[in-house]
Amino acid sequence: MNRQVDSATLSGGKLMNRQEEMFTPRLKSRQLRNAIFKWIFFGANVVGLLALVLLLGDVVRDSWGWLDWDFITSFPSRFPEKAGIKAALFGTIWLMVITALVAIPVGVATAVFLEEYARKNRFYAAIQTNISNLAGVPSIVYGILGLTIFVRWMMLGRSILAGGLTMALLILPIIIVAAQESLRSIPNSWRHASLALGATRWQTIRYVVLPASLPGILTGVILALSRAIGETAPLIPVGALTFIMTVPKDFMDPFTVLPIQIYNWTSRPQDEFRCIAAAGIIVLLIVLLSMNATAIFLRNKYQKKVVE
Amino acid sequence: MNNIILSIKNLTVKYGTTVALKNISMEIAQNRITALIGPSGCGKSTLLRSLNRMNDLIEGASVSGQVLYRGEDIYAPSVDPVAVRLQIGMVFQKPNPFPKSIFENVAFGPKINGYRGDLGSLVKQSLQGAGLWEEVKDRLHDNAYALSGGQQQRLCIARALALQPEVLLLDEPCSALDPIATLRIEELIQELKEQLTIVIVTHNMQQASRIADYTAFFLSGELVEYGETEKVFTAPVDKRTEDYITGRFG
Repeated sequence: MNRQVDSATLSGGKLMNRQEEMFTPRLKSRQLRNAIFKWIFFGANVVGLLALVLLLGDVVRDSWGWLDWDFITSFPSRFPEKAGIKAALFGTIWLMVITALVAIPVGVATAVFLEEYARKNRFYAAIQTNISNLAGVPSIVYGILGLTIFVRWMMLGRSILAGGLTMALLILPIIIVAAQESLRSIPNSWRHASLALGATRWQTIRYVVLPASLPGILTGVILALSRAIGETAPLIPVGALTFIMTVPKDFMDPFTVLPIQIYNWTSRPQDEFRCIAAAGIIVLLIVLLSMNATAIFLRNKYQKKVVE
Repeated sequence: MNNIILSIKNLTVKYGTTVALKNISMEIAQNRITALIGPSGCGKSTLLRSLNRMNDLIEGASVSGQVLYRGEDIYAPSVDPVAVRLQIGMVFQKPNPFPKSIFENVAFGPKINGYRGDLGSLVKQSLQGAGLWEEVKDRLHDNAYALSGGQQQRLCIARALALQPEVLLLDEPCSALDPIATLRIEELIQELKEQLTIVIVTHNMQQASRIADYTAFFLSGELVEYGETEKVFTAPVDKRTEDYITGRFG
């Protein structure tokens, strides 16, 4: 019974007699397959990284020498050396503020209703399906919707308010879905604990559920706003201009945004315009990154308080 | 029996079409510990949850019959479930502190219910009541999840005690704890019955026999036997009770 255990069985991949009769482990080929897949996944990462580096390198090279303070503080011009991005930069900032002010409260409130109050019946299922579908509707369709509802019907004209509302509609489904996911990840035991302590549903949401789900909601907001800042298509029907010599001063002013300005410059025949388009891209990236950095900072600040 | 604080009359609870509790009638004595025992799925937790209207939160649950708390039906249309839960507290199976500091956990209930006194001393008193004060007094502002499982469960008890409830419902409060932490909670429960009424669900029969004054045995949604713990464990009237407590099933 007390057979001596052969110490070489582990490193040699050999089996003891009883197991040898039962299994064919083929450890070598299994480990090889493991290694192959690891490299495939690593390769996928390299592809993404390489594309990003090449793209950024190209843009930085093109814009070299064009991106300066004058470029940021000047209005567009027929002459590339005089052209600047001021109108589009301010337009984008205005548009993002309007979009965020409308889309975040409405989106989060919708998610709270669906997850915390609504009964999970057919009505809920219908709304849920529609929201998921809306997230996949091409952005130009939102532009046409914005043109009909905001520009014509609500008579907001080709204003930055109409643009912001259109953009808010576009990102609303993204914010709702992300906020719902985040609310769903809050354990029910916390809700029950709160309700068992004599809290109302609203108090439970306000003091337990929302604080704990805030990091997740903010992540969704980052993603949604990042999408909005790069969109051009929905703003074209709403009437974003390509050549504008003023900065918006109130909600009803005409506007343009960075991606539209950049697109406009890339379609000009002169080479210099391609360089300032690249400079515009850098500005757009800086705005995007600083916006995301703010949101990530906020998220980390709140995440510290929540320990799983 | 002593004074009756809760009186359950013909209570039937359904989840959808599944009947979880069939026509239960029983009375809960004030300042005593009542244990609800029985195998999994026998309805004991359902009964516990229907004593402070936590069943309202389960979609598809429907309740018929009455639960009289000091003579008043907690299911009457005019009764606000929030008011019921304020007076009849609950501690859950798994420790579920909020992701907040120890202090904030205990202060939560009093705060949202408009406590007028000194919050600091109420928190201290509640933590003392749950036998946790000495262990946490120097780190009240640490996150509650830094505590061990047993400490977290006592924190949950402290949190419930802070509202000065009349009745405390405990849903298998020790099932996620090790034996030493379990012992501490059991001792705590014994002390607490001076101040309030305790109803505890447990599937640990030794636990029931150690701490409870009265024991109710449930099987498939029915109340099989209910009486003084000693009688239920030493001289059960029903054969099924005997089979269960001698370990023949369940």
